Amino acid sequence: MSAVQTKRPWVGVLAWVIALIIFFPILWMVLTGFKTEADAIASPSLFFTPTLESYVEVQGRADYPKHAFNSITISLASTLLALLIAIPSAYAMAFLPTKRTKATLLWMLSTKMLPPVGVLMPIYLLSRDLGLLDTRTGLTIVYTMMNLPIVVWMLYTFFKDLPRDILEAGRMDGANTFQEVTLLLLPLSMPGIASTGLLSIILSWNEAFWSLNLTASKAAPLTAYIASFSSPEGLFWAKLSAASTMAIAPILIFGWMTQKQMVRGLTFGAVK
Amino acid sequence: MKLAYAIPAAGIAALTSAYASAETITIATVNNNDMVIMQELSDRFEEEHPDIELDWVVLEENVLRQRVTNDIATEGGQFDVMTIGTYEAPMWGERGWLEPLDDLPEDYQVDDLIKPVRDGLSHDGVLQALPFYAESSMMYYRTDLFEEHGIEMPDQPTWSEVRDWAEQLHDPDNDLAGICLRGKPGWGENMAFVSTLVNTFGGRWFDEDWNPELNSEEWQTAIEFYVELLGEYGPPGASSNGFNENQALFSSGKCAMWVDATSAAGRIYNPDESSVADDLGFAPAPVAETPKGSHWLWSWALAIPATSESKEAAKTFITWATSQEYVELVGEEEGWTSVPPGTRESTYANEKYQEAAPFADFVLNAIREADPTDSTLEPNPYLGVQFVGIPEFQSIGTQVGQQIAAALTGDRSVEDALNAVQRSVERDMERAGYLD
Repeated sequence: MSAVQTKRPWVGVLAWVIALIIFFPILWMVLTGFKTEADAIASPSLFFTPTLESYVEVQGRADYPKHAFNSITISLASTLLALLIAIPSAYAMAFLPTKRTKATLLWMLSTKMLPPVGVLMPIYLLSRDLGLLDTRTGLTIVYTMMNLPIVVWMLYTFFKDLPRDILEAGRMDGANTFQEVTLLLLPLSMPGIASTGLLSIILSWNEAFWSLNLTASKAAPLTAYIASFSSPEGLFWAKLSAASTMAIAPILIFGWMTQKQMVRGLTFGAVK
Repeated sequence: MKLAYAIPAAGIAALTSAYASAETITIATVNNNDMVIMQELSDRFEEEHPDIELDWVVLEENVLRQRVTNDIATEGGQFDVMTIGTYEAPMWGERGWLEPLDDLPEDYQVDDLIKPVRDGLSHDGVLQALPFYAESSMMYYRTDLFEEHGIEMPDQPTWSEVRDWAEQLHDPDNDLAGICLRGKPGWGENMAFVSTLVNTFGGRWFDEDWNPELNSEEWQTAIEFYVELLGEYGPPGASSNGFNENQALFSSGKCAMWVDATSAAGRIYNPDESSVADDLGFAPAPVAETPKGSHWLWSWALAIPATSESKEAAKTFITWATSQEYVELVGEEEGWTSVPPGTRESTYANEKYQEAAPFADFVLNAIREADPTDSTLEPNPYLGVQFVGIPEFQSIGTQVGQQIAAALTGDRSVEDALNAVQRSVERDMERAGYLD
């Protein structure tokens, strides 16, 4: 790497510039959270007297721990459930493909192309009849379904890159399918599974359409918490920013801690 | 992973403490100043009624509207109290979706509620929701600029006068627009204002047989006037300004005049939020051919869906939150300019309120004179001043709003825009079964 850096220093500079551009809105949000409402709408400025005013008000108006608890349980549970369903199906498609496998995969992905609002009414009515409105279980099921196509696809590509010979060798040694999956496939593709899981957690954490529509108060996650600070009138930017900062803080820290796995997983099999 | 364990633990603790034995009512409400104050003061309610626990769902107006409409239409039953407006209350009442509020306690003093507001929230003479606050529209102007140019504000300004003043005061080099008006498309945004303008120019949305009249001469004149006025003397990018944007512009001194909701008065008169508080003038909304329907009527109100399982507790709460005692509580705790305006005659009779809010009389008159049952020069079949009280109106209104915004930006001519919406609204009304 150092050879590349000395030869082409602009690559490094460019990377920094792009990173800053991508990071800037988040930085601005964090800064705005520490401004007063009047400062927040005044001409953009990096210099201001920081205040915790908005944080105090946000704390007083909504129950953060309740929303955070919901976000954590729902995103973890839906990710586990999605992995549980996706691992066997991706295994089947990667190692025992039929002539319809490709079409099935494409069909699965095509369900992601439908705008969610198109199925709002059926899902809402189903949830109502099953008593799942405003429950963590209901939202977990919806998120599992929502992320399943992506999870299957990612796992499928990871599994496909594994040398089949290793699995065959296992079979020769007398491993049954279950042992083949648990003892060989899973350990070998751990980076891939980890990054898929992380992505699924992040997608569930950030999802706002279903969480706003299917929950009221008991199961409302952090996205609903943020939404409650947006307003069509009056000043609300600082409060909204403070709420958003608190809502993304856990996932940001989590992402930062698991950065290595994520990058490893995402580039897994990319260079061959 | 330690963090991931710590947060659920805190969450569980918070959850278990929140669910005690009391009856919990879930309240869906909009996120605006008045509602935030209600949420803050609701601790008092919970102290007085230890057997009732309040659970809040606070959402932005458009999200809230979609959310509660879904819930009530599908009988989802997620809420015990819903915040709805004068558009929804009579329609939902007609369908039996709301608990009729005909046996209110005596000390609630129903007759103290201002009549047009009460009428606007009733179906067949029975209240369907209790008004939390109500608004009309009026004109705000800068007294310093008017003095500087030797303009005197009459008791009732006309739109042609307003155009002359806008021309005189417009000063784009100094970042000052002659007039600010709503331009952002939406049935509750530009069309709220445009409908009142069309009303006062003598037009109406539909004739008595539900035939749309969108390309009538009155509409043409009104929209051409609007496009010219706002195009020539409005702020840059007027077609993306809604209520909130205009309030920010006016309160930072970038508009000489502004015609919009009376509910903005408290905020632009508050020096903490507005740099023009000292030079603020009020006038009734301008008129043209007729005073009828020249200013709107809107109310945010609290209703109980028929699906609620805690109707009694919900009723106890909404009668508390819309009572005279509540108004006084806000006055004492938050200051009199913060009390929810427009709902009760007694609020306006209160000396403390009159003293704190010099705009009180304008607001009261505007609301008293707004008549949702008779808002146009020629008779019409609908209820509403700035909207048409039929379920199809949300989509029709927004569609027309988009075409008018297109005319405002110059993407198409006023005539083309109005002819296009006339055709499409005719089709919509045929499909919905209003026309043969």
